[in-house]
Amino acid sequence: MSEILLQIDGKEVAATEGMTLLEVAQKAGIFIPTLCHDERLEGYGACRICTVEIEKRGWTQYVAACLYPVEKNLVVRTRSERIDQIRKMLLDLMLAHAPESLALQDLAKQYGANQERFEKEPDFCILCGLCVRYCAEVKKKHAVSFADRGVRREIQFIPEIASKECWNCKECFPLCPTSYLQAAYFLAEGLAFPPIFTSEE
Amino acid sequence: MDDTKLNEIINKHQGEASSLIQILLEIQREHRWLPKEVLEKVSQRLDVPLSRIQHIVTFYKAFSLVPKGRHEVHICMGTACHVRGAPRLLDTVQDMIGIKPGETDMDLKFSLETVNCLGCCALGPVMEVDGKYHGKISPAEIEGVLKNYE
Repeated sequence: MSEILLQIDGKEVAATEGMTLLEVAQKAGIFIPTLCHDERLEGYGACRICTVEIEKRGWTQYVAACLYPVEKNLVVRTRSERIDQIRKMLLDLMLAHAPESLALQDLAKQYGANQERFEKEPDFCILCGLCVRYCAEVKKKHAVSFADRGVRREIQFIPEIASKECWNCKECFPLCPTSYLQAAYFLAEGLAFPPIFTSEE
Repeated sequence: MDDTKLNEIINKHQGEASSLIQILLEIQREHRWLPKEVLEKVSQRLDVPLSRIQHIVTFYKAFSLVPKGRHEVHICMGTACHVRGAPRLLDTVQDMIGIKPGETDMDLKFSLETVNCLGCCALGPVMEVDGKYHGKISPAEIEGVLKNYE
């Protein structure tokens, strides 16, 4: 495969076709913050925290590094005043949902995000989709899914599948940046799991 | 919903996973709602995970996961209808059939929904029952319209 040369933060880096900006940056040891990214999964671009600045034919654009494919002679900047502003805004919004999340707290410190800026939202899911995608793409169990849309969008376990598959897996638990997933699981277990029959034993 | 009818609908679309939404729409039209058992069968026949089906049926307003009444009453709450008295219309309908928007009455006769625009603002305020539009309707005329439905 042909090599593509591009510039990230002033550094010349080589990439192969089909790689994303995030992959190239990680390979070159340049840090780009991520929340919804996991290298075992397809890119998703939900959290936008990996937003970077690219320069193409004299135009500046802001793109999600985890989805944007590499291009020849692209000039990429992973930090700038504008990027920091975008990331801070995203963090402000996400902190309104999950102020206690360690992953968010770490980034918040770095970008000076303010968790008091927006009124607190009662649910603490940031809809990164890690659990939904991990269960579908890696485990192929499809035990948890998104439901509804817009501001009412949320994750839900399918009780019939979850009661069979989850008890000895729970591999999605450590993936969740806010621990909402655990809450959703135990809520489903407590309210909706089909009864367990022990008569066969 | 019986299995023959369900199989008929699925076979019409050759059991293609890409026809999922069309199949669900037909079941919805036929049965007026989507029971879980039916969705499980669709999931098996089409080889689409139930989680994906749940995502889709909760996304589109055309689908319902709870039983719907025999007649669907839609009250337009768009701006034009709103200023021409749609809220009073809605209040009257709510009082008359005793349910709030999104609900269905006990004997499954009516389901009530609000919609954001029916696209005929000149007729406002508009009430739609089973696809029939009742334009420039006043709260006093509602009883006369709804009593025609059984």
